[in-house]
Amino acid sequence: MQRHLISAADLTRDDAVLILDTAEEMARVADRPIKKLPTLRGRTVVNLFFEDSTRTRISFEAAEKRLSADVINFTAKGSSVSKGESLKDTAQTLEAMGVDAVVIRHGASGAPYRLATSGWIDAAVVNAGDGTHQHPTQALLDAFTMRRRLVGRDAGLGKDLDGRRITLVGDILHSRVARSNVDLLHTLGAEVTLVAPPTLLPVGVETWPCEVSYDLDSTLPKSDAVMLLRVQRERMNAAFFPTEREYSRRYGLDGERMAKMPDHAIVMHPGPMVRGMEITAEVADSDRCTAVEQVTNGVSIRMAVLYLLLGGNEPAVTHARTSEEK
Amino acid sequence: MDKQDTRQDARPVLEGPDIARVLTRIAHEIVERAKGADDVVLLGIPTRGVFLARRLADKLEQITERKMPVGSLDITMYRDDLRMHPPRALARTEIPGDGIDGRLVVLVDDVLFSGRTIRAALDALGDIGRPRAVQLAVLVDRGHRELPIRADYVGKNLPTSLRETVKVQLAEEDGRDTVLLGAKPAAPGAHP
Amino acid sequence: MSKILIRGAKVLGGEPQDVLIDGATIAEVGTGLSADGAEVVEAGGKVLLPGLVDLHTHLREPGREDSETVLTGTRAAASGGYTNVFAMANTFPVADTAGVVEQVWRLGRESGYCDVQPIGAVTVGLEGAKLAELGAMHESAAGVTVFSDDGKCVHDAVIMRRALEYVKAFDGVVAQHAQEPRLTEGAQMNEGVVSAELGLGGWPAVAEESVIARDVLLAEHVGSRVHICHLSTAGSVEIVRWAKSRGIDVTAEVTPHHLLLTDELVRSYNPVYKVNPPLRTERDVLALREALADGTIDIVATDHAPHPHEDKDCEWAAAAMGMVGLETALSVVQETMVETGLLDWAGVADRMSVKPARIGQATGHGRPVSAGEPANLTLVDTEYRGRVDPAGFASRSRNTPYEGRELPGRVTHTWLRGKATLVDGKLT
Repeated sequence: MQRHLISAADLTRDDAVLILDTAEEMARVADRPIKKLPTLRGRTVVNLFFEDSTRTRISFEAAEKRLSADVINFTAKGSSVSKGESLKDTAQTLEAMGVDAVVIRHGASGAPYRLATSGWIDAAVVNAGDGTHQHPTQALLDAFTMRRRLVGRDAGLGKDLDGRRITLVGDILHSRVARSNVDLLHTLGAEVTLVAPPTLLPVGVETWPCEVSYDLDSTLPKSDAVMLLRVQRERMNAAFFPTEREYSRRYGLDGERMAKMPDHAIVMHPGPMVRGMEITAEVADSDRCTAVEQVTNGVSIRMAVLYLLLGGNEPAVTHARTSEEK
Repeated sequence: MDKQDTRQDARPVLEGPDIARVLTRIAHEIVERAKGADDVVLLGIPTRGVFLARRLADKLEQITERKMPVGSLDITMYRDDLRMHPPRALARTEIPGDGIDGRLVVLVDDVLFSGRTIRAALDALGDIGRPRAVQLAVLVDRGHRELPIRADYVGKNLPTSLRETVKVQLAEEDGRDTVLLGAKPAAPGAHP
Repeated sequence: MSKILIRGAKVLGGEPQDVLIDGATIAEVGTGLSADGAEVVEAGGKVLLPGLVDLHTHLREPGREDSETVLTGTRAAASGGYTNVFAMANTFPVADTAGVVEQVWRLGRESGYCDVQPIGAVTVGLEGAKLAELGAMHESAAGVTVFSDDGKCVHDAVIMRRALEYVKAFDGVVAQHAQEPRLTEGAQMNEGVVSAELGLGGWPAVAEESVIARDVLLAEHVGSRVHICHLSTAGSVEIVRWAKSRGIDVTAEVTPHHLLLTDELVRSYNPVYKVNPPLRTERDVLALREALADGTIDIVATDHAPHPHEDKDCEWAAAAMGMVGLETALSVVQETMVETGLLDWAGVADRMSVKPARIGQATGHGRPVSAGEPANLTLVDTEYRGRVDPAGFASRSRNTPYEGRELPGRVTHTWLRGKATLVDGKLT
């Protein structure tokens, strides 16, 4: 039985809605004088980060601490990993210390899957982003943000994102956020459109459950939410696009473009934002941009995931398909 | 407390009118003991405790002709048996606008049994604020306490054996008001 | 001299016959041959093939004796029915001088399990910049005739042209590992639907096909022959087919794993499926089988690539590329080609013995099973069905993608010039 969260594609619609609903309740804890629950008292969670990501690690850490888990942070920098110790050895060392769950961020796609399925360890594995593969908690917090804004905080309880039109713009090819979002949003009934220069779309994207467009302007009026993905400047050197200026002219969101979106539509960004590249300061700082909200929601989502995976004697989250069927 | 149990041999011990009557009595007791109940906050424990709390609030409003703060307190994440079951879906915790600091909180639940739910509720309350005092109102007290906890207001004391189940049904959730006393199904491997 | 009588063997899958070995030579083939003091092997309807020849083996010695040595590699070869293997040049040091190829050749002679023919590097250190001393390697005791930078592509068009031209002087052949390096930077698996989903760096088919297209045109231009290693895509098949129709002197090989496995297996992120060239799609697999059947692809070569456990027991990106193959090759070919009706056993003998021996100029191998020929023979129990158990491998490494998989056929006997190297499935 699955005790892990590796891919957004593994979640059923009901699992995903349960996580979102649970996160709504977790969010209310943040409004209390004591922002802490005793739920994971005595459980040890290690944040195993082989890639620098202060934002994600802090978000997980806050979630773990609010649930009273004991938290161990392990970052590859300066550790034995840089001396050639393998993922397997590191994980086994940590498990020998009595870890109940491993939250792993790794530069190699599939590393969390290997950790969960290779028999190296018994602990539950939560994928905090692997290579260009998946980042399921990011997709969940994005869906949570969309549901709150587009359906309603209370009205959204028990509901999915049926028929909402979500547009993802930017470096789809190298984005684990895009992959996770396409999977989860499809499961939740949303209609997803990917917008990017053809160089930044993977070969094989035509089989994904979404539409693909090279033209941002024609897509904006038909979007309930527009999510901008970070475009790293170094991609320019690998000839994915000619210049920063040309990219932002064709695919960046500025105030003028934002005005083409329906009034209710929101602008999302998983961060960190490259202002002037995929988003202008004007858009980033507008009321319609949910970037800061997404950070707040991230803690609630991670609390919900940790509670549902670790809070009982077995996980509450079933899976749409087992790994063998994949 | 097998709430799904609708077997034939379950026997009603309180019917609709009885439930209305005991709630009225409890409302009067609260007013009396809380000297007008002007600082009372009712917090129901989901699921059925919340409906009972609202009904009590209605009755208190009739008696005192004042608005009665009522909310809900989910105790799931404070339970001491979390690791014995799969995680449960969370219910809503709704604290009335003015909070609970310095007030008299009356916790409302359907059945008082081991007392563990109330223990969890007291822990949860502590994380939300600091009431002047906390009291407990239950529709049914069936005994078999495992913790030093007692109710301040009891609808009906119902001596039971551990082989029996007590099930409260309320119109808001179940379509009718009744309290049923039944026998626990002798399922193989069932915990005593 | 000792005599062996193999009684009732289906020679190349034909009617049962007896084969008498006298010393290192086949003395007689016929029915009702008398034992006359010979050791008798009851074949009982097993199929007798000429000893298999592998044009593409990594024996790892010198340098990576932790994964394989010439001795363990040749034992694995004998277990798989091989009597001759060609050892690739990407050792440490690289087999780019007469000294290294002679060392490998000598180790092969000492092993006694299988003939070892070293392949020489095309360029110094496999770096693709400067031609290695091809002539010296040819003239050495090892007598190298096949040259390859396998593991790396001779990507520079001018170097490739020169190599193709240069080896004509001694009828050598360049075996190209076709992989355009820029198109495969960071590549981890076949580029397509699965790589898009898994987020693993894509290895496009065109990176192989463009190099093959260039090289067959170069071979045509300079009038040389060229051999294409481990061809893996349907597009490559089309290019080779076109080249052959033009009369270009090109030969091509396919590995057993590319005849059977697809990139869908990578969904497990299990690096046992990580290989260069990568596992492709079902469509490619079917095209490769068809091409092997119609002769567009000339031979099966294992690309036996042993790696120690730790190089596979890790995350995908950190894992080494390659699979062991010598001990499962014939079974995979039986499953994918014989049992599908695409090849008969005579066809298997042609693709796995006759043609590879011809391409590599391996004298004494790939010969007919008839009187007067060297007794290099392989006896196969084609009725056998069993699950692959790597623990039983003779290879030092266990990185097989078939662990636990049921495959047909089992080599029971191998003779190298009349000397049994494998008897009843056990190495001598």
